[in-house]
Amino acid sequence: MEFLSYLINGISLGSVYAIIALGYTMVYGIAKMLNFAHGDVIMVGSYLVFIGINQMGIPPLVAIIISMVACTLLGIIIERFAYKPLRGASSLAVLITAIGVSYLLQNLALLFWGSDPKSFTSVVTIPPLKLANGQLVISGETIVTIVTSTVIMIGLMLFVNRTKVGNAMLAVSEDKGAAQLMGINVNYTIALTFAIGSALAAVAGVLLCSAYPTLQPTTGAMPGIKAFTAAVFGGIGSIPGAMLGGVLLGIIEILSKAYISTQLADAIVFAVLIVVLLVRPTGLLGKKINEKV
Amino acid sequence: MKKALSMVLAAAMAFGCVACGSTGNSKESTANSNTIKIGSIGPLTGGAAIYGNAVKNGAQLAVDEINAKGGLQFSLRVEDDENDVEKSINAYNSLKDWGMQVLLGTVTTQPCLAVAPETAQDNIFLLTPSASAPEIVAEDNAFQVCFTDPNLGTAAAEYIADHNLATKIAIIYDSSEAYSSGVHDNFKQAAAEKGLEVLADEAFTSDNKTDFSVQVQKAKNSGAELVFLPIYYNEANLIIQEMNKQGYDAAIFGCDGLDGLLTIKGADTSLFEDVMLLTPFAADSSDELTQNFVAKYKETYGDTPNQFAADAYDGVYAIWTACEQAGVTADMDASDVCDKLKEAMTQITLNGLTGEGMKWEASGEVNKTPKAVKIVNGAYVSME
Amino acid sequence: MNAIKNLKPSTCNNLINYGMVLVFYIVVQILVNAGVLNNSMQGMLVPICTYVVLAVSLNLTVGILGELSLGHAGFMSVGAFSGAIFWMISGSQMSPVVGFTLAIMIGGIFAGIFGALIGIPVLRLRGDYLAIVTLAFGEIIKNLLNAIYVGWDSNGFHFSMKDVSALGLDESGEVIVNGAIGITGMPKASTFTAGTILVIITLFVILNLITSRAGRAIMSIRDNRIAAEATGINITKYKLMAFIISASFAGMAGVLYALNFSTLAAKKFDYNTSILVLVFVVLGGIGNIRGSIIAATVLYVLPELLRELQDYRMLIYAVVLIAMMIFNQSPQVLAWRSNFVSKISRSGIAARFIKQKRQSEEV
Repeated sequence: MEFLSYLINGISLGSVYAIIALGYTMVYGIAKMLNFAHGDVIMVGSYLVFIGINQMGIPPLVAIIISMVACTLLGIIIERFAYKPLRGASSLAVLITAIGVSYLLQNLALLFWGSDPKSFTSVVTIPPLKLANGQLVISGETIVTIVTSTVIMIGLMLFVNRTKVGNAMLAVSEDKGAAQLMGINVNYTIALTFAIGSALAAVAGVLLCSAYPTLQPTTGAMPGIKAFTAAVFGGIGSIPGAMLGGVLLGIIEILSKAYISTQLADAIVFAVLIVVLLVRPTGLLGKKINEKV
Repeated sequence: MKKALSMVLAAAMAFGCVACGSTGNSKESTANSNTIKIGSIGPLTGGAAIYGNAVKNGAQLAVDEINAKGGLQFSLRVEDDENDVEKSINAYNSLKDWGMQVLLGTVTTQPCLAVAPETAQDNIFLLTPSASAPEIVAEDNAFQVCFTDPNLGTAAAEYIADHNLATKIAIIYDSSEAYSSGVHDNFKQAAAEKGLEVLADEAFTSDNKTDFSVQVQKAKNSGAELVFLPIYYNEANLIIQEMNKQGYDAAIFGCDGLDGLLTIKGADTSLFEDVMLLTPFAADSSDELTQNFVAKYKETYGDTPNQFAADAYDGVYAIWTACEQAGVTADMDASDVCDKLKEAMTQITLNGLTGEGMKWEASGEVNKTPKAVKIVNGAYVSME
Repeated sequence: MNAIKNLKPSTCNNLINYGMVLVFYIVVQILVNAGVLNNSMQGMLVPICTYVVLAVSLNLTVGILGELSLGHAGFMSVGAFSGAIFWMISGSQMSPVVGFTLAIMIGGIFAGIFGALIGIPVLRLRGDYLAIVTLAFGEIIKNLLNAIYVGWDSNGFHFSMKDVSALGLDESGEVIVNGAIGITGMPKASTFTAGTILVIITLFVILNLITSRAGRAIMSIRDNRIAAEATGINITKYKLMAFIISASFAGMAGVLYALNFSTLAAKKFDYNTSILVLVFVVLGGIGNIRGSIIAATVLYVLPELLRELQDYRMLIYAVVLIAMMIFNQSPQVLAWRSNFVSKISRSGIAARFIKQKRQSEEV
């Protein structure tokens, strides 16, 4: 019973990682860049929802939609001014710029909203699910997070594989030059990817802060790294891989906290990651890259 | 060529920024030779920014009040160290260039452990508002406004035992934080001596401080009646919410780090009912001094002050009182100021926000007793 | 004059690097003796040396070997802790020069060993996967160092992963590493002179490596792994070689860094520090050693100079960082810049200067 309850906690944490990782993997898969600022877009999204609900009294759902729109715009702006000029430059240059954007967002948040932590009020109103005479409690947040991340995963997969725009994204991810020759607007497609990724970040922010109700300018940083790890774990660029990686990472983290050491949990998570990558160098569901000579 | 050009441009940009920065900041440089220059160092950005900003604001209030009195004039400059040893030393050097005569800092413990030996070497007076490790005051130029960790840990264990609050105890603490692990170690020792049973002793780290489901569950499964939280209030808020989620109804006891719980924006304060803490400062205390301070602070910064702001406020007043006592004037150099303040510090008595009749030992530790308070109806109530 | 002309361009280039460091050293010494240099600048000298060594050594991995590493701070911390523990136990009782040198060597050796331990299994990964593994490694090291307790008494070393009381020290014992609080009360030993010597040694080793046979092998792996393999280059050997050398210099830099402060805690060596060093490397130019030196110096001093800006300091730093990246790396901006330069250079002298520069850069 104890184990089951830890497992549920793990899935709960993991689904939060998963939803962040979906955003990471989406951007990586198509634009081929590690968007280290993703965690900070999540933070901005959460602040917007917090302000909407707590200070302006907007109903949660409206606040979330406003936040999604705002994050989408933010994503497009970041892409336009920070990443687009670097298209064609080395991927490292883009990585460093993304880190610069991450610092920028954190420090802007610090100036606008101050350093004191805010307590996020959960937007989930579903009562917790009690199983086995109340020995096993699954919180409403957990249920919502799992459902949302699954829905988003399926939605993204359908979108990428079934729609014309999605196919354009796949084409861009395969070969930008060839895609352009086929009449695909590469800039538009990449901007759209960022827009979707950032809208996802807003949703992820709300769920992250509902599950772990604290909000500071640095809130997005560590979950961002963990989610990035999760995305790599599952095979970066793969949408179901991000989901799987996130959930597994959460479970491993909670179980190692529970049975090995709370202090060394992070070390264990990263050690497992290394081992997995040694066995499967492109992650659990990553595509094997065939080298062209 | 390109690289060289870009480097030159980058450097030019940097210096350009500095140039406009220094002209834009002329307000700061009104500090002329008639004022005693108090420097302070704390995290103004990054994860620990809340503590540094609280100290900055609290100290500034005190300085403004003192300057309005017309006697000795102070000017305050707070430098950012991002809670990092290296940046803290840089900030310290930069303050020395400014002509700092007294150091009110540093705010956080880890950097202070590095800066304190530097001040001893330079003979600059150091009064830290909130860095609590006993090693900080090892040299005779260093004093503390806050309690030391051993002091708090032992006091907490004794209080719990003497008032029969519980015998079965769980601890959740931040092992990567000097303050938290310092209190934790001493609490454990004192608890053993007092016959308290520590059933669960769970740590977390600063990289992993949002998910507490495991720590809380372990505490719950151990059957502890009381959870001891020698941590800061933000994490405590998360732990208390998690306890509520898991339906774990144990008493909660914390130290001064928990002060601030009631000020968290958006928090459901009904969960904090019956939380007990040892704190020198309570923002809703009824005495005039505190009420004045809180009102002014709210008016100026739009926030309720926490313990750090109060410690800094008291720190400035302690410096002021000691300066008056020793006859320190603005034209003395830092080393003379230090020699005079060292002596004067042990002679003064301060009625501050964080304690009545505070006195300082020659060792640098402050002589005040922590008060135990309990949160009842969203306010602190003394437990005596 | 003829002697200089006859030098190989690479040697000439290297001499410029050493010369730059020496000139910087001499200028600083003159300024210090003249009492012109303020405390803030003086305090930054040793960290600058540390970051230069870190940037140059990371450039070996990122620029010359062509593998992205996000765990350089991990190697730095291994060096820092091993060197500092040695210094606490016995180094400070020896003559300062001997003790300090030994500490640096121990730091370098331990970091090198870790470099090999990590390098052997992970170098078969590529690109972003290698990057994430090095990041993971850095986090693991930090996490372990945060939880480790080391004591020393008449019976020798004591280790624990629990707390100080679990060390079981006797009366003569002292706690050296106290978990997350790390090492405190360490006698300081690093000086700017020592730092400069370490920078020169680093440059000497790495620059010579680059121009050597091994260096060309390493670069060939970067440029075309398959072709390199086909010509009979032992990929694993050379990759590992670059990785270990890079790691051990990071370790030495760690010791220099650690002994510059009286405390040392693992928290410092997180991924932000790795990223910081990577920023130096990328802004200085990937594979460009001199760029790393300049970038590390300028970018380290920059936030300190920005202190006047108070609350806006880190904000401006972030903006400058983004702007510099775009200015230095954006294809459009680069095209515009070369256009601009060629316009100016139609007047004769500048053109000749640029031509010479180009030639030396191409080599």
